[in-house]
Amino acid sequence: MSHFRIDIRQRAEELVALYPRARSAMLPLLHLAQEQDGYLSDEGIAEVAELTATTPADVRGTASFYDMFHLEPVGKYVVGVCTNIACLLAGGEEMLEHASAQLGCPVGGTSSDGLFTLEESECLADCNIAPVVQVNHRFVRTTTPEAFDAMIEDLRAGRLDHDVPSHGMLIRVRRSSGLRAPHAEVAEQRAVAKEAREQRTNQETK
Amino acid sequence: MATLSAPRIVSSRAEFADSHTLTRYLATGGYRALRKALTMFPEAVAAEVDEASLLGRGGAGFPAGRKWSMLRKSHISYLVVNGDESEPATFKDHYLVEGDPHQLVEGVIIAAYALQVTRAFIFIRGEFALGLERVQQAVNEAYDHGALGSKIFATDFSLDIVVHPGAGAYICGEETALIEALEGKRGFPRIKPPFFPAVTGLYGEPTVVNNVETMSNLPWIVENGGAAFAALGGGRSTGTRLFALAGRVKNPGVYEIEMVKNTFRDLIYDPQLGGGVIGDRAIKAIIPGGVSAPWFGPELLDLPLGQDEVAEKGSMLGSGSIVVMDDTTCVVRAAWRITKFFSRESCGQCTPCREGSGWIERVMYRLEHGGGRMEDIDLLLDLCDNIAPGLTWPPQQTTICVLGPSIPSSVHSAIQMFRDDFVAHVRHGGCPHD
Repeated sequence: MSHFRIDIRQRAEELVALYPRARSAMLPLLHLAQEQDGYLSDEGIAEVAELTATTPADVRGTASFYDMFHLEPVGKYVVGVCTNIACLLAGGEEMLEHASAQLGCPVGGTSSDGLFTLEESECLADCNIAPVVQVNHRFVRTTTPEAFDAMIEDLRAGRLDHDVPSHGMLIRVRRSSGLRAPHAEVAEQRAVAKEAREQRTNQETK
Repeated sequence: MATLSAPRIVSSRAEFADSHTLTRYLATGGYRALRKALTMFPEAVAAEVDEASLLGRGGAGFPAGRKWSMLRKSHISYLVVNGDESEPATFKDHYLVEGDPHQLVEGVIIAAYALQVTRAFIFIRGEFALGLERVQQAVNEAYDHGALGSKIFATDFSLDIVVHPGAGAYICGEETALIEALEGKRGFPRIKPPFFPAVTGLYGEPTVVNNVETMSNLPWIVENGGAAFAALGGGRSTGTRLFALAGRVKNPGVYEIEMVKNTFRDLIYDPQLGGGVIGDRAIKAIIPGGVSAPWFGPELLDLPLGQDEVAEKGSMLGSGSIVVMDDTTCVVRAAWRITKFFSRESCGQCTPCREGSGWIERVMYRLEHGGGRMEDIDLLLDLCDNIAPGLTWPPQQTTICVLGPSIPSSVHSAIQMFRDDFVAHVRHGGCPHD
């Protein structure tokens, strides 16, 4: 019995098929698990293990290396405030402090209504609009406390549902088809190309 | 004044709101270069890139043509594109993946043809949600357009591109760590030798890893010829480059300008570029190539933006990011924050990096937040020396990858240039700026 919803399971299987080895689909599959559950649940991890022909321990060990995977439940919105060098010079620490007060939770914590989890981010590569704030890894581009507060209000009221979808980096990523360069054809193409290349090299050396 | 006569090679569509669509891309000459490349022998395409002397735009600045020629000797299996941009204050690839994904995809197809690779992976930083969507959309459209898949543009060349998301780890920008992530593992850099994935890469097979900006230059190079590219810039630094300007400047942003012909001062002060320092204050220091690079003082502002020119002065142009710190900036706090970043991002395999980054971070923290001691200043230099013995540039390597030896750069620079500021922190019992 699959823990993944039927549509997620299908997307997961399509992803696995894109790689020469199933394990390569690990990170995209973990993004899918997080898209469904909001974090990496035991059941989600078990299913990723099955799909990648690994073990749950292996999956958890891999996932724990990466900042974006949550091994415990988080809020509906993960708010990331960058304090790295460019943002530091533009008031990133003050923004993080403000966010903590506004959301009523410490950095790394979740607001009492369960809606927001606050994180201190490393550089998010949007340094010309600093300090940088992301919500569920969407750039919301609020650089003042007032703009931040208004954005949080909008989130609460559901006015940003289009701009800030829920968890999962692949929630709006769809590959239109599977691989199209068939294996046999590719092998043949490689052999022909190699031969032609060698011939040309031989001609040059003559 | 800055020299702005060079064509914009990778950012020519920046002003179009729909620059990411196939319609706009085709209307502005898109996929013409690929059609041209497919009429040439693969090695002739590679020769153009060689002639362009295109230096890799990821950070190490290795000539792309030479990287490829190592591969041509063996049988190449995979092309991997590094879009895991995470060097602090670097945001040029972010622009390229969101703003011009078709240019990237066309570049990748051209490179794959030159290398006769039939499977390419584009690794996009996990935090770039929109970037992932745009690049996948571009790949989808390229398939529909006949530029990808079986028998591209009715030739005998076939290629599949897979877009792969990262998941938040700075170290995955290191090419062997990126390969590990692509294999579905923790992003641990691989032990060298072999020094290049060309020998043992993805699944142990010969692989080339190139940066997003490097790939994005290829359509222009094929269309206009390697010589036209090499005619721009100067010395070994040919062509234009995207510079990400951040920090205390009036107009932070990504600017494509000719290399060597322009200086740090041009980039920071030209009204069409950085526009000067906020509040017209004085510059205290700049970080010339990402936070792994040693800092420069204002006396080096007239240095040309070229790889060798910057290297000669003991730093690097690195990832093309320039951070400006003015006279209001607390350099102790800046260096502490950078060390905190490295401490957090160290993968933990090598002792000098794992332990050293944490020790330096804690000593820097107490200097900045109160509790620092006068002897801490030399202690910091000693800790830095333990990670990169001799504190030379380029640094001595004590670790598997270059993250470790990059840690001392900011702290060492800050102490060398602004020792008095550290002393003031000790005397004041914390940051005098607070």
